[in-house]
Amino acid sequence: MSTLEIKDLHVSIDTEQGTKEILKGVSLTIRTGETHAIMGPNGSGKSTLASTIAGHPRYTVTSGSITLDGENVLEMSVDERARAGVFLAMQYPVEVPGVTMTNFLRTAKTAIDGQAPALRTWTKDVKAAMEQLRIDADFAQRNVNEGFSGGEKKRVEILQLELFKPKFAVLDETDSGLDVDALKVVSEGVNRAHAQGNMGTLLITHYTRILRYIKPDFVHVFVDGQVVEEGGPELADRLEEEGYDRYAKGAGSAVAAPVAAPAQ
Amino acid sequence: MTAEATTEKARIGAPSIAGFTEEGEQLVASKVDRHHSHGVQVMASRAERLTSHDVADFALPNGREEEWRFTPVRELANLLSDAPTDGDVLSVSVEAPEAFVLRTLRAGEAPRGATLVPADRAAVVASANTDEALFIQIPANAELDEPVRVLLTGKGAGRRSNSHHVIEAGENSRAVVILEHDGSADHNGNVEVFVRGGAQLTVVSVQLWEDDAKHLAQHDAEVAKDAVYKHIAVTLGGKIIRMNSNVRFAGEGAEAELLGLYFADAGQHLEHRSFVDHNVANCKSNVLYKGALQGKGAHTVWVGDVLIQKQAEGTDSYEKNQNLVLTDGCRADSVPNLEIETGLIEGAGHASATGRFDDQHLFYLMARGIPEDVARRLVVRGFLNEIIQQIKVPALEDRLTEAVERELAAGDN
Repeated sequence: MSTLEIKDLHVSIDTEQGTKEILKGVSLTIRTGETHAIMGPNGSGKSTLASTIAGHPRYTVTSGSITLDGENVLEMSVDERARAGVFLAMQYPVEVPGVTMTNFLRTAKTAIDGQAPALRTWTKDVKAAMEQLRIDADFAQRNVNEGFSGGEKKRVEILQLELFKPKFAVLDETDSGLDVDALKVVSEGVNRAHAQGNMGTLLITHYTRILRYIKPDFVHVFVDGQVVEEGGPELADRLEEEGYDRYAKGAGSAVAAPVAAPAQ
Repeated sequence: MTAEATTEKARIGAPSIAGFTEEGEQLVASKVDRHHSHGVQVMASRAERLTSHDVADFALPNGREEEWRFTPVRELANLLSDAPTDGDVLSVSVEAPEAFVLRTLRAGEAPRGATLVPADRAAVVASANTDEALFIQIPANAELDEPVRVLLTGKGAGRRSNSHHVIEAGENSRAVVILEHDGSADHNGNVEVFVRGGAQLTVVSVQLWEDDAKHLAQHDAEVAKDAVYKHIAVTLGGKIIRMNSNVRFAGEGAEAELLGLYFADAGQHLEHRSFVDHNVANCKSNVLYKGALQGKGAHTVWVGDVLIQKQAEGTDSYEKNQNLVLTDGCRADSVPNLEIETGLIEGAGHASATGRFDDQHLFYLMARGIPEDVARRLVVRGFLNEIIQQIKVPALEDRLTEAVERELAAGDN
């Protein structure tokens, strides 16, 4: 059992107009086996949270903490975080020309496990995972994300999730740009990884439709860099009907009195 | 035609790298400059460049000439003098399957000199001082499964060597010819290539010289109707390398691809120039040179000339140079020159991108647990592999991949 704990996190970025605070005190606790959905309108800071957890250099943590089983994640480099068990499924996976998927997957797996995977089982695992995600076998010989469609890139992110077996998976709008079939395939992948019982998930999304396939235990509503409401899966249903408008309208009061993290 | 179509084609020909600053543009029929150039263009057109077999026509360059302005000519006195080969300084051996003819050609003996007319002082003295040019003739309709390998080994730094090779791929033949340079010498080497109708020929010139070698070269090819020519320059070793890879056409439906890979370390000057002369209608060309630089004083130059002559309607051409700068203190000069004399073309584009190692790539790989130094190597290897993958001779691809690894490892020390 592992715990990823985010406490009163404040994050800013440098812009041409000066420093801008994006996250204004975010607290979240995710345990192995739990699925947390973070929902909110565009620009609310959801993706900033995801990138900050992964250690993207663009984001500066000004106060607060992130710990993994008590270890200070903020002191770790990007690769150390991944090796500690944090996985970020990116919203916009980059193309890496010239590096084949096969080479990339094996190099990453070796780095994460601290030793090269046994070749025979690894090849079989990769093949099986690709089949389940309906990824063509020839993708293994193609360069990382190069020329992949948006949906293919997202499947390849989940492929990595399944192969690398992280303790915590942060899915940054993995559902965006997917048609219904692809959404199902991707969700099944996340559910398979989850069913192993050793992973906590932070699912970041703008829309509720992915929550039909991946059932969250907790839902957190994000507005203007803060969690303004928290609840169980029923909160997602309510958002589906009502949208984010009521938070926008009542943003002043909601922000003034953010709810406390739920007792868990 | 539309701008979108051209852009798409350009992307296929040369995938862009996210995060790189791109300089370059797509030229479409509607906005064609007659003489378009980013460089200092002294001559009105590349077509006006002097070419001659007569040494007396080329004065010694002083470094201020357009075609020499990037080159350290002061260090090239030995190579630019009208001097013979210094004894046995260069050993040449040829490994080849049976299906080809090997002999030598004297000056004026056909086809020698029909395609390669020297375009600078180095090239003219090289050919003038080569009495017997090695002639590699691939018979018509021959399909060689194994490449022809020409191994050139220099036996002494600072010792002058001249060579002129003639390669003829007979009609409808298919072959790969590899020229491998190692050891050390002051080597002046010309290569003249005939790709006859319907033939497919790949010429790979590999420069794995010692650190004190100097090598000047002019490689000229003429590509006949429906023939496909690929020239790949791979330059990793040597102190000063300057290679001109030129192509023109002798019939419609021909294709030419001029590719290059170079990796400059501290103190190396690696210069590649290409010239595609679209002198015939309905031909295709693609030029892609990729280079990496690391270490103080590492200097690379790429000058890519494309001329689409008035009669060359239906031309489809693209040229691109990408440089990856790994450390401070390097210099990458990159000059695409595109001249278009007809608007009735399929496409013509050029691009030059010189970038630092891309943080986006680094972040993606590190977010998968890969340490920074491993990630850097993976990306540089990937960046250069795009060219290595084009060679399609597995044994050579493996050797070059290893050579690139050694370059990368040297940069870590």
